[in-house]
Amino acid sequence: MSGIIKAAAGGGTGLLESFKVAIVGSGPAGLSAAARASARGISHILLEKTSHLSDTIYKYQRGKYIMATPDQLPLRSDVAFEAGSRESIIDRWDDGADALKINVRLNSDIVSIQGSQGNFQLTLADGETITADFVVLAIGVQGNPNKVSQPGGDLPFVQYQLDDPKEYFDEHIVVIGGGDAGIENALGLAADPEQGNLVTLLQRADGFPRAKEANVQALHKARDDGRLDFITQASLLRIEKGGSGENPWVAVVDTKDGEARLACDRVIARLGAAPPRKFVEAAGVEFTGPDREAFPILSAQYESSVPGLYIIGALAGFPLIKHCMNQGHDVVEFIAGNTDLQPPDTPLLELLFEKASVHRSVDEWLDYIRTGVEILQDVSPLQMREFLLTSMTHYKRLGEVIVNRNDIGSSIFAIIDGSVRVEIDPNDKKKTVPIEAGSIFGELGLISGRRRTATVRAGEPTMLLEIPRNATLKLIASVPGVKRRMERLSMERQIGQIFGRVLTPHDVGEILSRSEIIPLRAGEAFINEGDHSTDIYIIRSGSAVVEKQIGGKDVFLSYILAGNYVGEMSLFYDGYRTATVRAAIKSEVVKLPGEVFERLLAENSEFRQTVEKQVAQRRRVNDYIEAKRESFSSVVDMHSSIARFLLEQEGLSEATDALVIDETLCIGCDNCEVACAEIHEGISRLDREAGNTYAYLHVPTSCRHCEHPHCMTDCPPDAIHRGPDGEVFIDDKCIGCGNCERNCPYGVIQMAAVPPKKPGLFSWLAFGVGPGPGEPKREWVDSHKKKDETAPKLAVKCDMCAGIKGGPACVRACPTGAAIRISPDDYLQIASGSQD
Amino acid sequence: MTALDSHTQSSDTPIRHEGFLRHKRYRYLKAAVVISIVSIIVYLFVDVEPRHNGGTWYGYTLGTISTLLIVWLMLIGLRKRAITPGHWNLKGWTSAHVYLGASLLVLATLHTGFQFGLNVHTLAYTLMVFVIISGFYGVYFYATTPRRMSDNRAQRSQAELLTAIRSIDRQLREAAQPLDPAYVREVKRAISKTKIRPGLFTSISATQKRCATTHALKRLRHAAPSAPEEMRRPLEDIMAILERKNALLLRTRRHIRFTTLLRLWLHFHVPLAFALLAALVAHIVSVFFFW
Repeated sequence: MSGIIKAAAGGGTGLLESFKVAIVGSGPAGLSAAARASARGISHILLEKTSHLSDTIYKYQRGKYIMATPDQLPLRSDVAFEAGSRESIIDRWDDGADALKINVRLNSDIVSIQGSQGNFQLTLADGETITADFVVLAIGVQGNPNKVSQPGGDLPFVQYQLDDPKEYFDEHIVVIGGGDAGIENALGLAADPEQGNLVTLLQRADGFPRAKEANVQALHKARDDGRLDFITQASLLRIEKGGSGENPWVAVVDTKDGEARLACDRVIARLGAAPPRKFVEAAGVEFTGPDREAFPILSAQYESSVPGLYIIGALAGFPLIKHCMNQGHDVVEFIAGNTDLQPPDTPLLELLFEKASVHRSVDEWLDYIRTGVEILQDVSPLQMREFLLTSMTHYKRLGEVIVNRNDIGSSIFAIIDGSVRVEIDPNDKKKTVPIEAGSIFGELGLISGRRRTATVRAGEPTMLLEIPRNATLKLIASVPGVKRRMERLSMERQIGQIFGRVLTPHDVGEILSRSEIIPLRAGEAFINEGDHSTDIYIIRSGSAVVEKQIGGKDVFLSYILAGNYVGEMSLFYDGYRTATVRAAIKSEVVKLPGEVFERLLAENSEFRQTVEKQVAQRRRVNDYIEAKRESFSSVVDMHSSIARFLLEQEGLSEATDALVIDETLCIGCDNCEVACAEIHEGISRLDREAGNTYAYLHVPTSCRHCEHPHCMTDCPPDAIHRGPDGEVFIDDKCIGCGNCERNCPYGVIQMAAVPPKKPGLFSWLAFGVGPGPGEPKREWVDSHKKKDETAPKLAVKCDMCAGIKGGPACVRACPTGAAIRISPDDYLQIASGSQD
Repeated sequence: MTALDSHTQSSDTPIRHEGFLRHKRYRYLKAAVVISIVSIIVYLFVDVEPRHNGGTWYGYTLGTISTLLIVWLMLIGLRKRAITPGHWNLKGWTSAHVYLGASLLVLATLHTGFQFGLNVHTLAYTLMVFVIISGFYGVYFYATTPRRMSDNRAQRSQAELLTAIRSIDRQLREAAQPLDPAYVREVKRAISKTKIRPGLFTSISATQKRCATTHALKRLRHAAPSAPEEMRRPLEDIMAILERKNALLLRTRRHIRFTTLLRLWLHFHVPLAFALLAALVAHIVSVFFFW
């Protein structure tokens, strides 16, 4: 880094030098801005508080893998950036700063910014002043960590960052803060038992609401394994002397069970950081509101309420590195007078609308879509740009199919122009329901994870926008308006789908206005046998089991999939619940008020008939069981317990295709595992012996291809997808982070490196060369891998042998027919006890 | 319903599927029966000169069919290991292997024309019969053992059984703490001398008679009544734990016995099959070159 400090700290006080642009903060945004200024030959200075560039990234844990999301967004910066380790990125930026001869001034803490465009004065902590025509503020939010305010918080062993967890040995370490940073630090310190650290994490809340699910699970697992401990609802009172022997210091902690004293050699506080609002406001910048999360008010060109003062990067509300770097580049272009500059993704978006019949600019299209499509009303232009980059446009002629019934697909479609017809009756293509421009369809698959429920055709020349599942979920998560509108729409559709044909839109509206969505844990009952209630529930996502108490035992009656409703029986049994209904897995139900239904049943005879017809089957089963209460056959009992084992204990109620082994046939030869390894680069994706067994049905550890795959929930490179046959697979974007392995509740994902290539089958058979068929033993792998090469460990799981002729190898290679794959239809068969 | 019955029926798990014996509604059993009956009928009704033996046209036909069949049957070993893409199914292969293999008893016997002697020809025939008999054993074990194995394991895996035994050993060491040294020695010996898999024959019999745990239990039971008052309670605890270990050992040994039985027959079946192949080559070469 030598040589880049041109404007060396001059002696004395007073005016140092004058520049066109002063850039405060050398993170991705500031560095990129300085690089652009340097490349354009604009006089500039890059001011950095610490002794190195990009302090936030510098303080990341050693070796941390940094993503370059959003993937599709092009990088527009004079400094290079691509996903990689913390070290590789820092090196590249340091080299870039050198090569571009950026005018950097390190150790320069700015304490105040005064003045206005053409005459800004920046005062440094050492009293010096720098003047500039323009100021770019890119100081991020991490430079301002929240500190430990309790007594002892100023002790030298209290730190706010952790560079390398491998540097600490045999220490008692208290980590404060249950956010991602705190959890990652605690896990890092406790990862290697050889280091002998005793790590305790303190978390103020009850649970870890701010952390990523994968981190929380890893933390729980680490505690279960005895590697560390954590205390929730705990807050630090003070750090004081009073320990014994080698540990003179103790952290006194207030817990829900009283005061606890923890020996501590080191305290790592990860209490988050706040935007340095006071400092920014002192320069005259206005914020969007008074709350802690508020951001400065900025123009489309990042100019704050102070003319000439620009704010970019995390402080402006953009936490992603790529956004920051692009903004750095653009802001200098704007300052230089290039105000027509389009965002870097404009060419890509132009491509998206290339085939449209009307010509509009990208901004006009964004506006047209945002105002035209109802659910997108509250989405900001920047969010629009982001999700559009992963979306696709489709132009369909009259009658052309958009989706087919039973297709696999979880994207949603927004109708920009034209309209579509939904074929509501698979047997009669003439029966259709229109959906007009501005609305969406396909959202049922998004919620329930099941196949497309109907064929949809264009009703006229139609322009559609297909938004992929992940982008939609992100929109729902980040824009409350989208979530609200989507929920209302899907409830309306579900009610309409079930009762719509006989109810007027007015009735549907009334039901809708009084219904609510209830989230349920696995096993939670929402209808209890014997209760007095007539509320009706639609299973929105997940599934439910219906049970009845017979002779002190819960007998399994039926299994209800998402998209169906339950609870109408009580309308025919004087308002009494005849059975208990519980969520089989984590589910969501829509509760519809019973009294509205009762009134509608009384008023609308057609509606009454429809519902009666639907409940006839359930009534028959119910009455039959009531009648046979005394002599309830053990066969039914058996079926009900097998169904319960598979659906609940083994979680097959959320599976779409699972491997099951008939233990009356299994000879334990493990040829299924051998076949799996043989067909998949030498790593078996199933463990036959592991897993539970009930009534000779063994559910081995192998992927069930869940409706809502848990593994997909937090995959940083978005490498997990559902394939055309319903298989959930991991593509080669996997970076080996292990999130999916931690997120899978069934333990079917492993992190493994591809073993070296082994000699062929014939050389093994004839000459005993190589390890033979199946997964090679570790010793063989160790002795045969290339010396200087360590194959990366990536996530490996069953892909249902997609694309391999003949289908799943485990089933084909079973010599006795014990291995079978089953799908939801089979469970329903089990549940009802009918097998022929 | 015997165990074998349940196999020939669609398995009695509630999900419909067929085991290897029932594969495709006994397709290969039917094929084997038809082939056998046809070859017997032809044998009875064709008039060959001078009499039925391997050298007549019918003898050659049966010999060729049998040879090809033997070679094909042996290819199952390759099929099992060469996991290639394609619409094959090892269950179908097993089914065909069992039934068509059994039909060789008819085909090859007819091929001999019931002429036996002390020569390489009869050697090949005898080996074939032994291969088939060992195969029948295999079918019997495949059809009956898995269910018994599943019952015996009681929903635990082999690894879980072994872990459970290790954890009982830890309990034993802890429970032995308050005992007199003489008892402690006894317990320690019971732990260290107990072998889960002592040898092939003991594995097959799954007997506990010579097990160190059984011996220790017997001796402690004998010694308990005369033990000092304060030793009684800890001794009882130890004996209870030893009883548990004994029960668990029995389960584990039975499990090992079953896995052994499921594999043991192959150690006869496969080498005999290769011996048969060698004898077959000798038989064919000698027939064509030295007849």
